[in-house]
Amino acid sequence: MAQDMAEEFVNIEINGKPVKARKGEMIIRATDANGEYIPRFCYHEKLAVAANCRMCLVEVEKAPKPLPACATPVMEGMKVFTRSPKAIAAQRAVMEFLLINHPLDCPICDQGGECELQDLALGFGRDYSRFHERKRSVPDEDLGPLIATDMTRCIHCTRCIRFTEEVAGIQELGMVGRGERMKVRRYIESTVDHELSGNVIDLCPVGALVSKPYRFSARAWEMSAVPLVSPHDGAGSNLFGHVLRGRLMRVVPRQNEAINEIWISDRDRFSYEGIYSPDRLHHPMVREGGQWVATDWETALARAAEGLRARAASLGVLASASSTLEELYLAGRIARGLGGANIDCRLRQGDFRDQAADPLFPNLGMRIADIDSLEALLLIGSNLRREVPILAHRVRKAARAGAKVALVNPAIFPYYFPVAEYLESAPARQVADLAAILAAAAQATGRPVPAHLAQAVQGATVGPQHRAVASALAHGGKRAVWLGALAQRHPRFAELRSLGAAIAQVTGASFGLLAEGANAAGAYLAGAVPHREAGGRPAASPGLTAGEMLSRALQSYLLLGTEPWCEAADVAGTLAQAQFVVAVTPFASDTLRQVAHVLLPAGTFAETSGTYVNLEGLWQSQTGAATPVGEARPAWKILRVLGNLLDLPGFEYVASDAIREELAALCAVSTAYSAPAYAGAHPVAGNAAAAAVVDVPMYQIDALVRRAPSLQKTREGRTPAVTY
Amino acid sequence: MSNDNPPAAGAGGTQILSQHTRREIDHWVAKFPPGRQRSACIAALRAAQEQNEGHLTKALMDAVAVYLALPPIQVYEVAGFYSMFETHPCGRHHVSICTNISCMLNGADELVAHAERKLGIKLDESTPDGRVFLKEEHECLAACTGAPMMMVDHVFHEHLTPEKLDQILDELK
Repeated sequence: MAQDMAEEFVNIEINGKPVKARKGEMIIRATDANGEYIPRFCYHEKLAVAANCRMCLVEVEKAPKPLPACATPVMEGMKVFTRSPKAIAAQRAVMEFLLINHPLDCPICDQGGECELQDLALGFGRDYSRFHERKRSVPDEDLGPLIATDMTRCIHCTRCIRFTEEVAGIQELGMVGRGERMKVRRYIESTVDHELSGNVIDLCPVGALVSKPYRFSARAWEMSAVPLVSPHDGAGSNLFGHVLRGRLMRVVPRQNEAINEIWISDRDRFSYEGIYSPDRLHHPMVREGGQWVATDWETALARAAEGLRARAASLGVLASASSTLEELYLAGRIARGLGGANIDCRLRQGDFRDQAADPLFPNLGMRIADIDSLEALLLIGSNLRREVPILAHRVRKAARAGAKVALVNPAIFPYYFPVAEYLESAPARQVADLAAILAAAAQATGRPVPAHLAQAVQGATVGPQHRAVASALAHGGKRAVWLGALAQRHPRFAELRSLGAAIAQVTGASFGLLAEGANAAGAYLAGAVPHREAGGRPAASPGLTAGEMLSRALQSYLLLGTEPWCEAADVAGTLAQAQFVVAVTPFASDTLRQVAHVLLPAGTFAETSGTYVNLEGLWQSQTGAATPVGEARPAWKILRVLGNLLDLPGFEYVASDAIREELAALCAVSTAYSAPAYAGAHPVAGNAAAAAVVDVPMYQIDALVRRAPSLQKTREGRTPAVTY
Repeated sequence: MSNDNPPAAGAGGTQILSQHTRREIDHWVAKFPPGRQRSACIAALRAAQEQNEGHLTKALMDAVAVYLALPPIQVYEVAGFYSMFETHPCGRHHVSICTNISCMLNGADELVAHAERKLGIKLDESTPDGRVFLKEEHECLAACTGAPMMMVDHVFHEHLTPEKLDQILDELK
């Protein structure tokens, strides 16, 4: 709603109570805002008004018939009665019609207990059915491996259809036929493939669309809901884990309008299946000769400490960027406590030359909520829908509101919104293309190019596409330039970032980096990168980067939740040459068993308390939801005991909160929001060699999603990685 | 509303639409503001159906979707909703005998039975030679003053008797 509209109010009366309502808003918005509940099925505040269920009929003075509250705008002096005899009669009549064809299968329906139809039938339904004819039955649709259907239960609210059209952006479902033969169907012979498609499960007010992996496994009222934070991408989407007797049964969104609104990506929703993967590590294990032997914690930890201490001079710590802040901090302290600084989370980063110029932590350069009101965005090297689906949704909202979105990518990735300019730029050409965009931007705005890039700009060949990208960005209100994961994986990331930042500076846009992993920002603050100590202070003598640690074997490695051999082909061979490898890991794959010497079973994200710092610098903490599988323990506890056994001082924490507070005190930065800027000055040096960049499919990005069977069965899950 | 939706990848081309059909669609698209080509969907489907002797195929609906830059499902929705679109093969002459209240009171049910006997088919079926299609149901066509009535290929015939029905059906080629 536009700002100048906000002040315009009308006076209405709801059930005799005078209230003010925004001019032009629908009755149901006014009643919701004033705590008067009106029953509804098709109305949803995030979707367009359809007014087809008629459940929200209310009485309005002087109106001859009851009116749908979701589609009737308020007017000055309007008197609305939501519970008058006329309104209740209308609502009860609609309820009776809705139940005519709805099956009485609540006892075997997954929605039972959390069903809007069930709830409202209790409030507005008759206690018996006057309908004695045959109920209709509708054949089910195969919507793919994530969404199970029982279309006979459908009440035609069309929320799912409106979601695919309005939010996902590609209408995958529709209403075919009419009258009694009307049914919701998908686009013939395709599945629902969008990365946000799982949200239709939450939107469906009945049991027509339910979660396929969760189906028939629990009842809503048996489970407790525990707040969690997404461990997969830098948005930090808020989740609820639903837990039954210690087991995480499913994940649903937790509303946070500043981050994920009410949506979550399918990756966040279904990755929990990986927690109970068959290769989950249940006991601490040590390798005796060539054999793996299950042992107790004391033996395994003592063995790990002994082996690491003996090879402390040549230790590399590789941590997952989706570990918690506490885990990363303790891992960093162990690495540095043993006298080294070889610790890194940036396993897929392709270029570390300019890392000294990194800002305090990689960040978006703006608030996530402000993406909606961007007027222009330049996205460089990012398959955004794969990388951070929730941000892709925000960008789509901005584009539909008129933002000019320009993309520079190695291929045309489909986005369901109008794109201002799409520059297809092979990795080997990207530096030259960005230099040309910078030249065009300097021309368009009349601002000078930063000195360190003057030479690169002089040699640039500016084409019409470069000018179009620059002009999209040159004018308007809020504008941004973002570098994505494909840019971060580029072997000339230093130049791409330097040029991207200069384009932002010349055009007056904000600058952000969509660093990979849920805790990419946290890793910097926790000292889990080689060039930063805890609190984000630059390290006096930086350790080896992930690339260096994996290009030549060190004597020992500590792996924290990572599977580096999944990122590059020759890594397993390098690790196999090490004398001693300890893995703190929830999973023990065959490759890990070949390279490691001690396996310490750790809890997954849902089995540990901890903190994630998202790409806007927001610290979000959670408690553990599920009971760790087998003898697994939260990784922070494992690292804490390991620190004790290594005789490192200050490893006496009894709760993860204490670790977080200790680290927060070291960080001279807000835990709510901050966007420290990149202020590097990396010149464009030399010519591009052949540059290869891998676009990792979204269900291959971390150990947990690789083990989520339903996600692997989706079309995206079956897509191989593409090297550009 | 959804004009930024590109057609689904892999959808077929529009070659299947005849020149005449395309001109007809262009004529209708021009009547609406730019970007509102979805409004021409009914007219486009009607032209596509006429081109194909009275029924739509998936290929034709896909072609209309591509031609109008709509998601295919939106075209299926329209084709599935309106009773004047047939999405299965049927006879080339569409015969709809009104059975709403006024016609019913004036003997429409007997007329339907007569037509079924004469043609040897039931409602919602076509004659084996592909000549006549007896539509299953049609809402009131607003010609109650001439009840009982029927519509044959968009032409109304009123004050029907079995004899008149025979004559009209016999004249269909």
